[in-house]
Amino acid sequence: MSAVHEGRSTPDVATAKARRWGSWYVAEHRLRSMRAYAQTILATSIGNPVVYLFALGVGLATLVPTGVGDATYLQFVAPALLATAAVTVATEEFTYPVLMGFKWNPIFFGMNAAPISGTQIANGLALSVLARILVTCVIYFLFMLAFGAVPSPIGWLAILAATLTGTAIGLAIMAYTCTVEEDKGQMAVIMRFIVTPLFLFSGTFFPLTQLPLYLQWIGWISPLWHGTELGRLLTYGYEEPIWLTVIHVVYPLALAVFGLVAAQRIITRRLDK
Amino acid sequence: MPQPVIRASNLVKKYKDFAAVGGIDFEIAPGESFGFLGPNGAGKSTTMRMIGAVSTRTGGELEILGLDPDKYGPEVRSQLGVVPQQDNLDVDLRVRDNLIVYGRYFGLPTRTIAPRADELLGFAQLSDRAKARVEDLSGGMKRRLTIARALINDPKILLLDEPTTGLDPQARHILWDRLFRLKEQGTTLVLTTHYMDEAEQLCDRLVVVDKGSIMAEGSPADLIRRFSSREVLEVRFGGGRNEEVASQLGGIGDRHEVLPDRILVYSQDGEAELSRIHQLGLKPITSLVRRSSLEDVFLRLTGRSLIE
Ligand SMILES: Nc1ncnc2c1ncn2[C@@H]1O[C@H](COP(=O)(O)OP(=O)(O)OP(=O)(O)O)[C@@H](O)[C@H]1O
Ligand SMILES: [Mg+2]
Repeated sequence: MSAVHEGRSTPDVATAKARRWGSWYVAEHRLRSMRAYAQTILATSIGNPVVYLFALGVGLATLVPTGVGDATYLQFVAPALLATAAVTVATEEFTYPVLMGFKWNPIFFGMNAAPISGTQIANGLALSVLARILVTCVIYFLFMLAFGAVPSPIGWLAILAATLTGTAIGLAIMAYTCTVEEDKGQMAVIMRFIVTPLFLFSGTFFPLTQLPLYLQWIGWISPLWHGTELGRLLTYGYEEPIWLTVIHVVYPLALAVFGLVAAQRIITRRLDK
Repeated sequence: MPQPVIRASNLVKKYKDFAAVGGIDFEIAPGESFGFLGPNGAGKSTTMRMIGAVSTRTGGELEILGLDPDKYGPEVRSQLGVVPQQDNLDVDLRVRDNLIVYGRYFGLPTRTIAPRADELLGFAQLSDRAKARVEDLSGGMKRRLTIARALINDPKILLLDEPTTGLDPQARHILWDRLFRLKEQGTTLVLTTHYMDEAEQLCDRLVVVDKGSIMAEGSPADLIRRFSSREVLEVRFGGGRNEEVASQLGGIGDRHEVLPDRILVYSQDGEAELSRIHQLGLKPITSLVRRSSLEDVFLRLTGRSLIE
């Protein structure tokens, strides 16, 4: 039987390439789709930092003339806004587009009918969103520089910290979104009851220690708090014990890996009907 | 028969305790055009997904191009073209970009895909729509685009799940014409349908499926010969009288079927049977003599109509 089909190299090459590069092909596809709303992406990437840095870093800052610790209020709040921007983009990209891919624009089934696996779909989505977050963060950071919010020479590393934060929360959300069969407003719930509280209680506008003890746990489980603190450490040399810095890196990383692996499995299972 | 490209034996797919496909056997030869004809819920799509190496079977054996799809999914899928029951084109991308993106999934470089995409748009009669949004295409155009997309990797086997369901007659004929060309070029076609005319037009050989089982197998002509007569006389008596009249038709035709709205009389010569009915003093409101079709085969095998 198999002898008949031997010596055909093309399918083997195609399969080998798909096995190796499949995740990239998926990312390529997603980025191409993002081109359709590239103008919106660009407009928000530029508009957001201008509005927020000005309103909070300059406006609100007049109420906090002494700053926070050694930093001005602008310096204090800017890394938090940067990380928040990353989280916003990640939430946007890992909710509706993922839901759509299974339901209203079921492209995941199309990819899977070609040699692409569920794992590769998860990886490809992750890669494409990572790219978008990175672009958003770079633009944001340039505005932070322009506003004079980054005294430290290694401040640019905050771009990576914010990207990591957004990716971690985003991948966890993706794992959840992949389990949603019917849209009953779960995405709005995620925004309202997870993302918004994280934004408010992650030491964004004031240090976490200002919160009553019984609310501080939100900061501790919030990757946004870890990412923000890491950003502060990098942009203006905020001081903290080294073990805490390690946690700021390891915790979001662990969450990202967990979210990705869960999403890989859930997508794979869901495609196999 | 040459070495089959698809071979299934005792193929089973269960959802919990429910067997959507309940142990079916078939072999498909290279270049053959093979159909699954059956009503809603027969298990056609489920079978197609297993052949398409995206759905793990519950039991039995399945070999596609000599490979077990559960073990060699990507290897199998790289050699297939798939037209699913529900179009899954990317509506966020333009018509031509749908082909380009899809070609990439087979590891093809863009310089190979681009000319092929243009050629396929020509084949699908969509060249002038290359830059259109998918949303703006008609149902028939979307279907043709899906077929074009399925051909981007130059597949050995093309799987078509109800290729023309929901299309108007003209769109169906355009599509059939395209599929004929593929058949002539030697592409193996595997299709499902619940249209008997589609099965008759396109299939060299088909299986009649119902409730996850194969009821019969053969060429359309062969099945009609085996399970029906040459001609069918359709008579209507109206007003719920069909049942009553049918009891008086003993001896007329080889056999007859009583449907809610009409009686089918199976015979070698429909006109002759009609005059015998008139001789009995019965006056049908309408009468029609036609050739037997796969619809009659299905009715004979299952006692039900194909399209409910
Ligand atoms: N994922 C699933 N989970 C549970 N049951 C399923 C699933 N997919 C199909 N079924 C059931 O299996 C049976 C066969 O479905 P299938 O879609 O294969 O039928 P079909 O012949 O393609 O019908 P149609 O002509 O309506 O497309 C149906 O009763 C259906 O409800
Ligand atoms: Mg079906």
